[in-house]
Order: sequence, then C-alpha cells, then structure tokens
Amino acid sequence: MSTETSAMRALTLRLQDEIFAVEAGSVREILDLVPITEVPNAPAFVCGLINVRGRVVPLADLRVVFDMARPKPDQDTRVVVLEVEIDGEATIAGILADKVHDVTDIDAVLIQDAPRVGMRWRPEFVSGVARRDGGFVIIPNLNRIFSVQGSRSVPLAEERAA
Amino acid sequence: MSLPDPTETFRQEARELLEQLEAGLLDLERHPSNTDLINSTFRALHTIKGSGAMFGFTDVASFVHEFETAFDRVRKGLSPATPDLIAIALDAKDHVHTLIETPQSAGAEGEAILQRLRALVSGAAVPAATPATAAGPAVASVAVPAPGKRWRLRFTLPKDALLYGTNPLLLLEEIRAIGPCEIKALTDKVPALGDLDPEATYLGWQVDLTADDPAAAIDDVFLFLRDGMDLSLVPLTDEAPAAPAPAATAPLAEAPAAPVKKRAAKAEAQQPAAAAEKSASSSLRVPAERLDELMDRVGELVIAQARLTQIAAQSSDGNLKTIAEELERLSSGLRDTTMGIRMVPIGTLFSRFRRLVHDLSRDLDKEIEFVTTGEETELDKTMIEKLADPLVHLIRNSVDHGLEPAAARVAAGKAPKGTVRLSAVYAGAEVAISVTDDGAGLNAARIRAKAEENGIIAHEAKLTDQELYQLIFAPGFSTAKEITALSGRGVGMDVVKRTIDGLRGTIDLRTRPGEGTTLTLRLPLTLAIIDGMLVRVGNGRYTIPLAAVEECVELPAEAISASRGRNFLDIRGSLVPFVRMRDIFNTAGEPDRYQKVVIVSSGEGRVGLVVDQIIGNYQTVIKQLSKLHAGLKAFSGATILGDGTVALILDTVHLVGMGQAYEDKFKAETTGRAA
Amino acid sequence: MSKTILTIDDSASVRQMIVLTLSGAGHTVIEAGNGADGYSKAVAQPVDAILTDLNMPVMNGIEFIKKYRQHPASKGVPIIFLTTESDDALKAEAKAAGATGWIVKPFKQDQLVSVIKKVTGA
Repeated sequence: MSTETSAMRALTLRLQDEIFAVEAGSVREILDLVPITEVPNAPAFVCGLINVRGRVVPLADLRVVFDMARPKPDQDTRVVVLEVEIDGEATIAGILADKVHDVTDIDAVLIQDAPRVGMRWRPEFVSGVARRDGGFVIIPNLNRIFSVQGSRSVPLAEERAA
Repeated sequence: MSLPDPTETFRQEARELLEQLEAGLLDLERHPSNTDLINSTFRALHTIKGSGAMFGFTDVASFVHEFETAFDRVRKGLSPATPDLIAIALDAKDHVHTLIETPQSAGAEGEAILQRLRALVSGAAVPAATPATAAGPAVASVAVPAPGKRWRLRFTLPKDALLYGTNPLLLLEEIRAIGPCEIKALTDKVPALGDLDPEATYLGWQVDLTADDPAAAIDDVFLFLRDGMDLSLVPLTDEAPAAPAPAATAPLAEAPAAPVKKRAAKAEAQQPAAAAEKSASSSLRVPAERLDELMDRVGELVIAQARLTQIAAQSSDGNLKTIAEELERLSSGLRDTTMGIRMVPIGTLFSRFRRLVHDLSRDLDKEIEFVTTGEETELDKTMIEKLADPLVHLIRNSVDHGLEPAAARVAAGKAPKGTVRLSAVYAGAEVAISVTDDGAGLNAARIRAKAEENGIIAHEAKLTDQELYQLIFAPGFSTAKEITALSGRGVGMDVVKRTIDGLRGTIDLRTRPGEGTTLTLRLPLTLAIIDGMLVRVGNGRYTIPLAAVEECVELPAEAISASRGRNFLDIRGSLVPFVRMRDIFNTAGEPDRYQKVVIVSSGEGRVGLVVDQIIGNYQTVIKQLSKLHAGLKAFSGATILGDGTVALILDTVHLVGMGQAYEDKFKAETTGRAA
Repeated sequence: MSKTILTIDDSASVRQMIVLTLSGAGHTVIEAGNGADGYSKAVAQPVDAILTDLNMPVMNGIEFIKKYRQHPASKGVPIIFLTTESDDALKAEAKAAGATGWIVKPFKQDQLVSVIKKVTGA
C-alpha cells in the first residue's frame, strides 16, 4: 500500500456534506449563479448550458456522480468554470458548487489509504483524499468523470413522439 | 505579425498554376487549334520555371525548360496538339507536381517523359534557348594594363537616357568608386537655348581615371546602356592627354542573340488571352486563422448588438431605438460580408474531377461525357476539402461500376458515350451535391448476393429493394473480389457515409435498373451566423434555422388528441407528418392552448415541429456544442440570445429524418393492414 | 535613404521575395499583379523605381513600359525589367519601349538590392 504524498494548490468547494478540492490551475473563473439552459435528453450529469463571456459552456453537476441530493440553488451556490480533458481533448466546463471556500495548499494522499472513500463511490472517480481540519477533502478525478459520464447519452424518446 | 515563407507561397502558387495548366491542357484537347489556349498554357509553364529557379527548385526549372524546348513546335503551330501529346503533357505536369511536392520520390521518369515528347514531335530542330553568353568587355583599344595606369573615358548617353530613368550622376558616382578621377562635362552637343529640349540628354563626359584595369568595372557601370551610347576608354600616356580619340561607336555588345524568331514568337504569346485570364491580382491570400478570428469578432458583435436591441425594445428612449436599429442593419451587413469570405465556389473542386474522368475514360476505355452544373454554388472552404475524397469515390464508382462498356450500352439502346453528371444546388439551409450516371443502375439481386456472401444479412432476411440498396453503405460490404484496381479496396461507401455523417449530412440514393443511378449528398450550410426563428417549448427556448423553415401554421384542434397514426397535417392537399417537440424533450407540464407548427424541410422531406410559441426571428451566432452534448442528434449547436441566456439550435435534418421514419412506418403499417 | 519601389509581377511568390528583400534594405515597396494594375499604381503616386516582369497577363511588361512612358509622371523614373534569359532582342525591345535596365532571373537577393542601388543611388 503506497502512501505517496503530493502537495497540491487547490480550490476547495462544498457539495452537500463533503468538501472537494480541484486543481487551482485548472480553474478559469468562479461565477455567481447564472441562468442555466436545460438540455433535453442529456444525461443528468451534464444537465445544462451556461453563457460564460459569450461562450457556451456545458454545466455539470458532480452531485449526480457522487450520489448526492440536489436541492435548489441558493445564494451560496457558485459555478466553477474549469478546464478538463475529455478523451484527451481539452474542454471548458462548469461545475456547480453549493459553496466555494478558498484556495489552499493541501497534501494529498492516494486513494488506497482512505477506506472510507472507497466505500461510497467508484474509486476511479476519486484521485485522492486529504486530511484537513479534522475531516476529509476529496479530490475528484475530473477528467475521468467527464470522459466516462459524458459518453453516456440517453436516446431521444423517438417512439413517444409518434 | 509574421510574414509568410516565400517558398511556401511559391508552392501554393505553383499548385494553382499547375491546376490551370491541367485545365488548359484538357481544354486544348477539345480545341487543339486554339492558340490562345496554347499560349496561356505556356505562360503558366514559364512562370513556374522562373519562380522555380528563384526559390531553389532547379530541377523544376530545368525540366520545364527542356519541356518548353521540346514543345516549341506546338507553340509555333508546326505540330498539332494531338491527344497523345496532351497525354504526355499531362504526365509532365504531374512530374512537375512531384518535383515540387515530394522531390525525393522523383525518379528518372522526367527524362522518360521528355524523350517521349521529343519522339512525338520528332524533327523539332529548335535550338535550345539562348544560353547566356558572357558579355566580354569589348572596349575598343585596350592596352596591356599597367598598375596605376591612367585612362580616359569618354561617353555620351542616348538622347532619351534621362527621360528613361538613367541618372548620369549615379553613373559618375559608380565611376568614382573605381578610382580617383577628374571629370569634365562635354558640352559640344548642347544646342542653343531656344532649341533645347530640357528632357533630352546632350551632355557627354570625359573622365580621367586612375585604375589598373577598369574595363570590366566600366562595363558594369554602363551595363544597361551599352547598346545606345558612345563610349571609349583609352589609356593615357603621361606625355599629353591624348587627343580625344574618336568616340568608338562600336557599342560594347554581347554575343549575337539567338534566333530572334523565338523571341518574336514569345512576344506574340504574351498577347493576353481572355480565356487564360484566371486569378488576376485582385485576390488576396489570407491565412485561414485570421478569417476565423474575424468571424469570432463578428459573432461577438452580433451577440452584443442583440443585447442592445433587446434593451432598446424595452426602453422608451427614441434615440436608443434608432441607433439599435441602425446597428442591427450594419451588423447584419457585416455578417453577410464576412460569411461570404469563407465561402468558395464548389467549381474549384469540380475542375479537379475533369482530370479524373479523363484518366478513367482512358484507362477503362469508356467514352464518357462529364457534365457539371452549379459550379458557382458556394460552400465553406473546409467543407469543400472534406468532400473531395467522397466525391472522387462516387465518381469512380459511377464510371467503373455504373457505366456499361460501349457495346453493352448500344445493345441496350443507349448512346455509346456514357454521361456522368455532377451538380450542386442550394436547398433551404442545405446544399445538395449529386453524382448521376446513366448507366446500368444498381442491381438489387447482386447486392443481395454480395451482402449474404459477406455475412451482412441472413439468407432468409426479408428486405425491400430500397433496403437492399442501402446495404452498400454497410461496413464490410465491398470486401469481396469485385474490387477493381480503380475503385480501391474497402475505401468503400461506408467510409463515404461516415465522412458525410461527420459533416452532419445525409446521402440519398436513387436508382433505376437499366437507366442509371443518382447519389445525392445533402450537407448543412455551416454558416457561423444565420437567421434563426426562436420558439418556445415549455420553459425552454430553441432556435430553428430560418432557411429551413417553409411556413408556420396553427395546430388544428383535431390533432390535439394524439392517437396513433394520426400525426399528419393537411397542408394544401399534401400530408405532412408532425412531431411534438414537447414529447421529444419530455417536457413536463401542460402544453399551451394554441400550439404552433413550424414546417421545416430538408431535401425532399418535410416535417412539422409542434411548439408552444413562436417568438420571432433573430440573427443567431452558432456555437458548437462540447463533446458532452455532441451526441444529441436533435441539436446542431447552441447560441446566445439577446438576454444572455443560451438557446439550443434544432437540427432540422435530423428532425425531418424522424418525420420521414414515422411516415414510412405509418405507410408500411397501413399498406400492411390494407393487404 | 528609403526609396519607393513599385514591383509588377504576376507571380505572388516573386513579389513577396522582392518585398521582403527591398523592405529589408529599407525601401518601401508597392505591388501590382499585372501591367494594368501596375500602371494605375505607377501614375497614382511618386515612385522612385519600377521593377517589372515582362510576361504577365492583362497587360504585359513591354506594353506597360510603353504606356507608362507616355505619362508625364514617368519622366526620369528608372524601370528595371525582369528577364529569364539574356536575350538581346528582348532587351532591345524593352529599352526601345523605355526601360532603363534589367535583372536576369533567377537572381539573388543581394543582386536585387544592388540593381536598385545602381539606378536610384540608395
């Protein structure tokens, strides 16, 4: 069991009861809640589209992936716009956050040493875990999440139209 | 800003010239005695030769030079431009192309081509172009040079020297650079003031110069003037300045020119042929990235202007409204102009195919009439490039498999010459490109047999003729033995289909056994900014490309209760299927009381899209959807509305396809029932 | 000192090379793709020298020279024509039409700069 530590400059954010950390370098901007255009028949994970400075950006909800409740947005809700790699291609996407905290340096420990995490979610979606303020911070493997989730698409309800 | 590499520019230019050359040669084959064509063809060669030498493509320059030499008899009208000759010329053109693009792969074929050419025009005893003979200094009376010798140079200039740009002061400066001098002007020829023409040159000069052996240097100074001037250079002895030697009128001449006839022929060849006046200087080369940037800026402008229009609509400020209107008009104009820049007539692609058909005709020994229409139809440049390979394949298929050999055609009561027709035409928001042949048509039985052989369908499978024809697009269909060397192996219709799918297009197939086949590619016009019709379905707003919209009607009350098999509208007698967007989008809630139907068309199909509300027409900047949403076939992109929110753009081709599928199913069921 | 040179050639690559070379030497270069375009540009502004190809569509070099020399603006302006062969008859024809000098293609960049220096002093 390897215990590799690596330091990471991260933006921490809260999704329901958990704190997540994403690579600060990949963050393009943080927006207050903006109007979200719903995309019919899209997978729940990438339910919407938003306008970021004249650019149409897909909006993803990690709470779907991590099996969380998805209450309506409130005044703390933010959209974190970041760059992810989907099948090797760089893409700009936004993720919803219930609250955005701050940018800090954290030491991350590889997933094998965090049994708690291994229980709840697909291990491939979590890059690592860090200890912080007595709790855990989860580092999601965004590239993997987007690549896997993004490739699913619900077929159009064509039969129903008839 | 970085300047482009001239060598690369040469390559691009050479490619264009070679294309012109090929087109000219093909035209020449049909009109062998057209001197204009011959001349313009050779002007292209000449330019390639000159530029080639300039940019280090010496192989190209020397090959073309030899080629010109051997072809000279044709130029002079002494040898006719026979089809064999044209064929060799086309080979030569290919060789030049190889020399420019992949010189490392060029072998001895160049020499072989030249030999064939020479053999064909045998007897052409045309001397090679004048080798430049070095001009030797032919200064009259030059004595053995002695160091530090003194010389007397005398010269007068032709009368029009000043007028024609010669500057005597510069000449004198050059002479001063040779060595210490004393310069004296000779004014004996200057007429009286009354007779003086201020623009003429009457002066002469005498320069006493100290130099070892200035003859060559003096030659250089007067490089351009030797023929028309008087010049003498004599050594000065110390005794006395020699009496001005009679101006040696023998001009410093070069070796006699080569056959003047050749030059005259060339001069005649320079008479511009209207036919050859292609790509004159009124066009500009622009890197594609700059165009993309420009389009992005225009797109942003349109979005901002839309926001302004919206604000103005809600304001009571008259000035604001006026300006917003003006801005809308201007940005619309700007958008049209900018969109136009990337559009290229498809004729540029069509002309490439002429050569293909010509070669195929020869190789297969089939006489083919190749007709093209709609060359001026414009498409986005990138799309044209992607269409090249699929079209080549379709044309090859038509010629190879579609057209029968002459004997078979005659036996079937057809003209021995087969026709392949290539056409392009706009149809709403799409362009339709068709390849038609009047050959034997598709053979359903043969297709079935082949499909079963390759395991694509089961032996007992029941398929209509239409379904069988569609099998040619199935991967693995053309792996069997029938592949000819020409149509290639497995670069089959499935690849063509995939390419067209990738362009969000469709392929239509229509065939009549014994009469011929037509394959039509339908592609969306990928303009980045279009006119869109904004509609509302539930709480969401969507844009429909206006060019695809035929009309809008109210959804009649009877159709509101949707029961199976009744989703058709009667539009002036014809039945148009409709689809409810609320159903497709799984929209929650109750539909609006009076729903609207937007009837859109794609190709020959139409479908009515049932929406809650039609909001209005707006300029729409198309934004691509990311990979995450690209798989949703109902949408071809997204846009940003005047209020800053995102709206999805509906893919009308796909929706019409859905309508068609529904209609086909309905027909199948009703005919089934009726049977 | 910088001179204004007009280059007339139907080959964009040659023009480009001339522009690069002469502007590198400090001159200002104006371009035209054929004799007719060259003529309009030559009479529309003061030029210190003209470089023209002979073999061009629309209006070839010799025609351009003749026409230009009929215009008062052409007085004293040196015209250098580009030629691929050292053909005396052609040179004579060009000179008779009013050309000042020539440069043989292919030429190196420094040859171009020196010819311009020769006829304009700069």
